Amino acid sequence: MKTLLIAESRQGKLLPGSYEPLDFANKIGAEAAMFLVGSESDLPHFDGSLYFAEESEVGEYNPEEHLRLILEVVDKEKPQLIVLSHSSYGWDLAPRIALALQVGQISEVVGYQDGAMVVPACNSKLQRVVQAQGEVTVVTLQSGAFGLDDEPAGTPTVEKLSVQADSKFEFHGYEEAEEGGVDLTKAEIIVSAGRGIGKPENLAIVEALAKVLGGEYGASRPVVDSDWAEHSRQVGSTGQTVAPKLYIACGISGAIQHLAGMKKSEFIVAINTDRDAPIGEVADVLVVADLKQFLPALTARLEG
Amino acid sequence: MKILICIKQVPDMESRFKLNDAGTWYSDQDLAWRMNEYDEFAVEQAIQLREQLGEAEVVVLSVGSDRVKETMKKALAMGADRGVHIQDDTSYEKDPFQIASVIAAYAGDQNFDVIFTGMQSQDRGSAQVGVLLAGLLGMPAVTTIVGFEYDDGKATVRRELEGGLKAVVKLASPALFTCQLGLNTPRYPTLPNIMKAKRKELVSLPMADLLKVEALTTTAATQFPEKKGGGMILEGDVGELTEQLVAILKDKTTVLK
Ligand SMILES: Cc1cc2nc3c(=O)[nH]c(=O)nc-3n(C[C@H](O)[C@H](O)[C@H](O)COP(=O)(O)OP(=O)(O)OC[C@H]3O[C@@H](n4cnc5c(N)ncnc54)[C@H](O)[C@@H]3O)c2cc1C
Ligand SMILES: Nc1ncnc2c1ncn2[C@@H]1O[C@H](COP(=O)(O)O)[C@@H](O)[C@H]1O
Repeated sequence: MKTLLIAESRQGKLLPGSYEPLDFANKIGAEAAMFLVGSESDLPHFDGSLYFAEESEVGEYNPEEHLRLILEVVDKEKPQLIVLSHSSYGWDLAPRIALALQVGQISEVVGYQDGAMVVPACNSKLQRVVQAQGEVTVVTLQSGAFGLDDEPAGTPTVEKLSVQADSKFEFHGYEEAEEGGVDLTKAEIIVSAGRGIGKPENLAIVEALAKVLGGEYGASRPVVDSDWAEHSRQVGSTGQTVAPKLYIACGISGAIQHLAGMKKSEFIVAINTDRDAPIGEVADVLVVADLKQFLPALTARLEG
Repeated sequence: MKILICIKQVPDMESRFKLNDAGTWYSDQDLAWRMNEYDEFAVEQAIQLREQLGEAEVVVLSVGSDRVKETMKKALAMGADRGVHIQDDTSYEKDPFQIASVIAAYAGDQNFDVIFTGMQSQDRGSAQVGVLLAGLLGMPAVTTIVGFEYDDGKATVRRELEGGLKAVVKLASPALFTCQLGLNTPRYPTLPNIMKAKRKELVSLPMADLLKVEALTTTAATQFPEKKGGGMILEGDVGELTEQLVAILKDKTTVLK
């Protein structure tokens, strides 16, 4: 089996997720070539062919040119599997590749089973086992599902691709997340509020528990998107990554993007009315209770 | 200006799921249904764009069984002008390529200027249908937008990357956008608008007339994930739960004195 692994770079830096497709290829025992639009000064460590184009020539968002370059490489390498990360780069590009080749795509792969791919469904409460029909398949990998333990070694054989720079998309720069607010990464105890708090007034009972524990309060994305908490308090793949001694998730279901930001915490407690909530997968203790009753009771007990 | 929104009806994710008899998907019995969360942002953005332009037609489309018309009525009550329902009792067996192809078969000669979809569906979560649809219609697509402005035939969008970073991208319509959480604040339909929505056009078209392609992927089985986390589950009276948790925290962590 031959694979083409699509690595990722942003602002001249190779993204660490780039090695996840490599681990995947190793695990299924496949041969691998890599593709990267990136910077010559930060190439992946990998013993094999690297098809490379200069990021500054392609531009930040130019999916059509990335597609054209990948199709050129596919034509040369004839891979059976094209592997990307399920990231803002990968989920944007993968369907374009699949459509151009008229082949199937399997998104957010977390494992493989008898030659088929396993993907999550319904907020990871279920899994689908998916089979592709054609000779070639495009897959994207769930972030963190694969990955090498150590930074790999090796030097690629670079084959440089020439770029055509025209695009329908005009890139007008980056916007960074707002600076300031709390630095959750410094907190030893974090009590986080999810959509399960129901209304903004209930944030107070989460805050009260954080206070009595001497910690900070955090939030899941919907709480921040609704302006109930500031962005600096958001935990997850588009917020902060934290690893406190104690993380208490209140009314948070445990979507993969939230877990990405807190699963390395030393001890995790979840308060949830849903016994099957996926947060149970990472929680050391899942308390099945209504947070509106449980949190004030816990706070009172700790104060007393 | 013609605007298309594609919406999907999905079960409430807090449901306790059971598998269907074939073991290929969840059973659709005893579930509460709602609009795919990402698609609510798509509907709201379309309505806001029409409000800005003064004149535009907003068409909402959904592929699924008759049940999905309930969710389409919510989009009509939020302000969409008319609905196109593509009737298919087994749409859950269709792959993203087939769903995108039937939408493209309907939309092909309709000359939509702007199309909004969700970035992913909450149950399937393939994040494919929008990008495939744009490709089939030959229009550019931008995924994962968290900001949208439209001026003089051009859209300026904020595309969300990882870690809070965004890219600002500008392009001319016709174009398709896949909407991410937080793009806007979806409105609640008011009672008068719910009443008005009942009189809006909602046509059903049979799937067979539009489906011309085979699936490129198939679901061999659906299963419950193996439980890896060996965490403790505490249930019962709140007072006792409190005592139990405090005891555990004293025993297992160093943070409680
Ligand atoms: C690209 C991308 C990036 C993302 N980045 C992030 C991110 O950085 N951070 C993030 O958090 N999310 C992120 N998300 C969103 C993520 O997928 C989920 O939608 C989100 O985490 C859900 O938040 P939640 O758990 O608070 O809400 P829900 O999923 O709605 O869960 C609410 C939970 O509360 C429980 N509950 C309800 N009532 C009560 C009660 N009275 N007492 C106790 N429990 C109750 C319910 O059982 C449920 O489990 C991202 C999504 C995408 C696609
Ligand atoms: N059955 C459907 N009917 C209408 N639109 C859909 C359907 N399935 C998916 N979509 C649209 O495509 C987006 C991405 O879905 P998916 O590719 O399933 O993750 C959704 O947010 C919807 O906007």
